[in-house]
Amino acid sequence: MNYDLVIIGGGPAGLAAAIEARENGVESILVLERDRELGGILQQCIHNGFGLHRFKEELTGPEYAERFIMKLHELSIAFKLDTMVLDITEEKLVSAVNTVDGFFQIQAKAVVLAMGCLERTRGAINIPGTRAAGVYTAGTAQRFVNMEGYMVGKDVVIVGSGDIGLVMARRMTLEGANVHAVVELMPYSGGLARNIVQCLNDFDIPLLLSHTVTEVRGESRVEEVVIAKVDEQNRPIEGTEQVITCDTLLLSVGLIPENELSKKASVEINPLTGGPVVNESMETSVPGIFACGNVVHVHDLVDWVTEESCRAGKHAALYIQDKLVKNDDPMVTKAENGVRYIVPHHVQTDNLVDKLTLMFRVDSVYENVRIVIKNNEEKIKSIKKRHLVPAEMESVHLKTRDIEKLQAGTLSVSLELEEVVQ
Amino acid sequence: MYDVTIIGAGVVGTAIARELAKYDLKTVLVDKENDVSNGTTKANSAIVHAGFDCKPNTEKAKMNVRGNEMYEQMCKDLDVPFKKIGSFVVAFDEDDLTTLDKLKKQGEINGVPGLKILSKEEVEKREPNLSKDVIGALYAPSAGIVGSYELAIALAENAADNGVNILLNSPVTNIDKTAEGFQITAGKETLVSHFVINCAGVYADKINNFVNKPTFEILPFIGEYNLFDKSTGDFLNTIVFQAPSSKGKGVVSLPTVEGNFLIGPTSEGPKQPNDLKTSRNGLQELREKGAKVVPNFPFHKVITSFAGLRAKVAHNDFIIEESETANFINVAAIDSPGLTAAPAIAEKVMEMLKDKLVDLQANMTFVPTRRPVTRFMESSNEMKAELIGKDHRYGRVICRCENITEAEIVDMIHRHAGATTVDGVKRRIRAGAGRCQGGFCAPRVMEILARERNVDVLSIVKDKQDSYILTGETKATTVEFV
Repeated sequence: MNYDLVIIGGGPAGLAAAIEARENGVESILVLERDRELGGILQQCIHNGFGLHRFKEELTGPEYAERFIMKLHELSIAFKLDTMVLDITEEKLVSAVNTVDGFFQIQAKAVVLAMGCLERTRGAINIPGTRAAGVYTAGTAQRFVNMEGYMVGKDVVIVGSGDIGLVMARRMTLEGANVHAVVELMPYSGGLARNIVQCLNDFDIPLLLSHTVTEVRGESRVEEVVIAKVDEQNRPIEGTEQVITCDTLLLSVGLIPENELSKKASVEINPLTGGPVVNESMETSVPGIFACGNVVHVHDLVDWVTEESCRAGKHAALYIQDKLVKNDDPMVTKAENGVRYIVPHHVQTDNLVDKLTLMFRVDSVYENVRIVIKNNEEKIKSIKKRHLVPAEMESVHLKTRDIEKLQAGTLSVSLELEEVVQ
Repeated sequence: MYDVTIIGAGVVGTAIARELAKYDLKTVLVDKENDVSNGTTKANSAIVHAGFDCKPNTEKAKMNVRGNEMYEQMCKDLDVPFKKIGSFVVAFDEDDLTTLDKLKKQGEINGVPGLKILSKEEVEKREPNLSKDVIGALYAPSAGIVGSYELAIALAENAADNGVNILLNSPVTNIDKTAEGFQITAGKETLVSHFVINCAGVYADKINNFVNKPTFEILPFIGEYNLFDKSTGDFLNTIVFQAPSSKGKGVVSLPTVEGNFLIGPTSEGPKQPNDLKTSRNGLQELREKGAKVVPNFPFHKVITSFAGLRAKVAHNDFIIEESETANFINVAAIDSPGLTAAPAIAEKVMEMLKDKLVDLQANMTFVPTRRPVTRFMESSNEMKAELIGKDHRYGRVICRCENITEAEIVDMIHRHAGATTVDGVKRRIRAGAGRCQGGFCAPRVMEILARERNVDVLSIVKDKQDSYILTGETKATTVEFV
């Protein structure tokens, strides 16, 4: 089999990349999806709040996905469901299996990696105690409740205040469960402010900041969890333990980009994001292999996944049409002072269409700061911000007139504290 | 009426069951849990020890060295993963070097082949990721790594293939000595049997006490472990022990036969025989002790932690003997190196039975091999295509992390001693054993279990009885079309 473009993953990232590539002239496209339906994790996110930026309206996850799936059908883009990609080579030979085609290989001219991410587990954060049933990642619980139609528990404690955890606090409550608390290790929440209000405050569910779960109890099924306050080093403080009787512990303790296939294709991975190193075109270190969405870095809003993935689709099209410029000495982005990482990691200005978007996350909570963009120590832009939190991805855009002035070297993003006006 | 009742379906009980299946005996293997291999056998270091660690002339020394010799053939017959990768005991100072010499001499008396003291340079060459403070090591080429629960499951399956009955969910709550032998209350069943073999692990003393005076007391010691992501599986090539010293016993660091990395165990006790929880202190200890040997190890790549219990006794040796009550054989206090010793113990128990059953005939239909396990991802591309051609369910990957297909899971459900639980599937074919720990595949595995066993998905449990996963259906909604 031969295709110009093979897209690994039919979630929001893969769908947007496929549509954009077709609209930019790529005829031969194949989307490979491992699940039974297109749309990815959006299909289990039945709450609303999706699409405020992209469509200026509030959609549910399945509704947001449906718009792209309809478009995919309209454009007659080929896709295969229930199909697992087992290998991708640097030469873009994709090996996959499903029950219909059996084992098959596709030689692609370009590949878009859009495999998304997976949830950190209990094991990853090493919560001590028994190995009773009743401990789920929030996303797994969400799948059971929203797609399979089963409840996973009646008395719930949620550890971690990531968005899926917050959304599940509300969902479980609406399904009749008793959610006792959301326990967050950090002194600030890991989720969006609107989710704290709509999912916790509206239902009187306490959010316990600077707390952790120190033990899971119960021989067969969870019977109790022990929580405690933590000190500045995130160590439990003796004497602050509380025992909560419950049958379920949900974990919302972070997401990890899923890059096993990327590694097989020898794509360079950035240790800070856990995703591929990409340039302005969302191209990885392997020419012709692009990546977008949560496989690159974890997003909090799907709208930004779509935007980023359109960029990947468009530039994959340019690559296939031999119109993508390859510069051996790209500008390097640098996260400094308060900024944890920046995507993209490299910038070749020749490939920028109208603007350059730098996406990043800050490393702590900041009030009244300036986001400063510098090109080789020269300040080119600065934006005032009242409030910055690690849970919300930030982005800055450089317009054509800024881009034209850029010199080779580094492009940095850092935070500066506002000067106090006397 | 059974000839033999074996109580406890861990690696020792299952190895004995398979050994007995070679003879014309009516045997039943009983366990209180809902799966075989569900006690100490599922939570240990999974090491096939060389045998230098045991005091000469003890049961442990004899059974260890003999068991080690038997492993290769047994694992080949049963298609169980086993790799003879050798072990190091590493030394950090002069005292440790003296210990290595002592262990080497002891091993040689025990009959351990190929023991060798390696210099700092030789150790570094073989294991560049070890601490630079290591100044030498005792190398034992005959040590290996095995899938411990896979082995017990395979032994049970092969025993059942050859006619042994397996009775699960049946805790033994009473044993009476009768004129004919024994009457055993096991769950809802009452079994009558000429012989009883007690392999009840941390409960062996309680089983013994039904018909005997309390001649021994099992002291369950807990050991905690950390298991790490497959990306760390090649950090070491060898099993690495720390030389025991007056400052205490270190932990073992090793690649697992499945390609992960394991650090453990701690040791604390005695505990209750059902006390299997990990602790903050224990996990902290693993990290500190592990860091002494592999200081640059990426400890954050932990995917799970677990704890297992060892059935220790005060005199620190295996008990493999007929009890005061005739025809009741205790196989008790099988702590380390019990996994290694299991096939040798089975051989010894069989010899004991043969002495009593002079007319015993061989089972002429005994088949020592089990049906091979198809490991889809390990097959060539041509083979993958062929497999899917034969059974399209090989084309449906259920576990994304380990790439396990539906056909492999279905196979593991329908074998003798097959999987009935989510963890049972995991232990047999690794679905859910990867980095997402079943997050994605658990709903699919439950669906397959329910379908293949023709039961309601709500009844599927994670592991033990009562470890229910789902609590009911979501609220019903009535949609009215106007």
